[in-house]
Amino acid sequence: MLQFAIQDADLQPDQWRQELLDPACGGYASFEGWVRNHNDGEDVLRLEYQAYAALALKEGQRILAEAAEKFPIAHAKCVHRTGALEIGGMAVWVGVSGGHRDECFQACRYIIDEVKHRVPVWKKEHYRNGDSGWVNCEACAAGGDHDNGHRHD
Amino acid sequence: MKNIRIEYFAVLREQAGLDSETLSTAAETPQQLFAELNERYAFPQLQSVKVAINDEFADMQTPLHDGDAVVFIPPVAGG
Repeated sequence: MLQFAIQDADLQPDQWRQELLDPACGGYASFEGWVRNHNDGEDVLRLEYQAYAALALKEGQRILAEAAEKFPIAHAKCVHRTGALEIGGMAVWVGVSGGHRDECFQACRYIIDEVKHRVPVWKKEHYRNGDSGWVNCEACAAGGDHDNGHRHD
Repeated sequence: MKNIRIEYFAVLREQAGLDSETLSTAAETPQQLFAELNERYAFPQLQSVKVAINDEFADMQTPLHDGDAVVFIPPVAGG
């Protein structure tokens, strides 16, 4: 099973872990991305995710297929949230099961890294000082001047 | 002239003040179309912009056709 999804409701990792159970699998690795209360020195109060769903689903599914091609895993699932999230909320979940731990860890890492780079999802941060901004976006104005120290990971 | 449907996301949606619109345009490529929209909406300068045509990634120089659905993709920030 290789499945990428987007949803506006809370993520349900316990339920999805069950979907990855397989008697042929000896390993399972998962990753949860949480909303952090700070970014680039700003106090973040909450986040808002927006997705271009039609393309995000295709690209997400391609990433899972690539992971299964690169690493001998059995199953992989990834779900990304959209909508408003509070601090501590889960924004993204990745789960992988396979024969052994090594491929599970590697595939899980591959999936979350590629999802962050390639899937058309955007994050708007709302700050304590009343400002808000689309991450990787308005901060890049003024010709990619990085003096605010923000990261492009 | 072609009729092109454009859907906006993230900072482009905010700046355009629209989720989507259909434009009659002489633009031959997404590059030209983005320049036209930029004149209209004065988008903030972005580090990069990608494009999707009919829900698939495309090159900014791909020829546009009547009825195409275009989405400009500012730098993504998932996870």
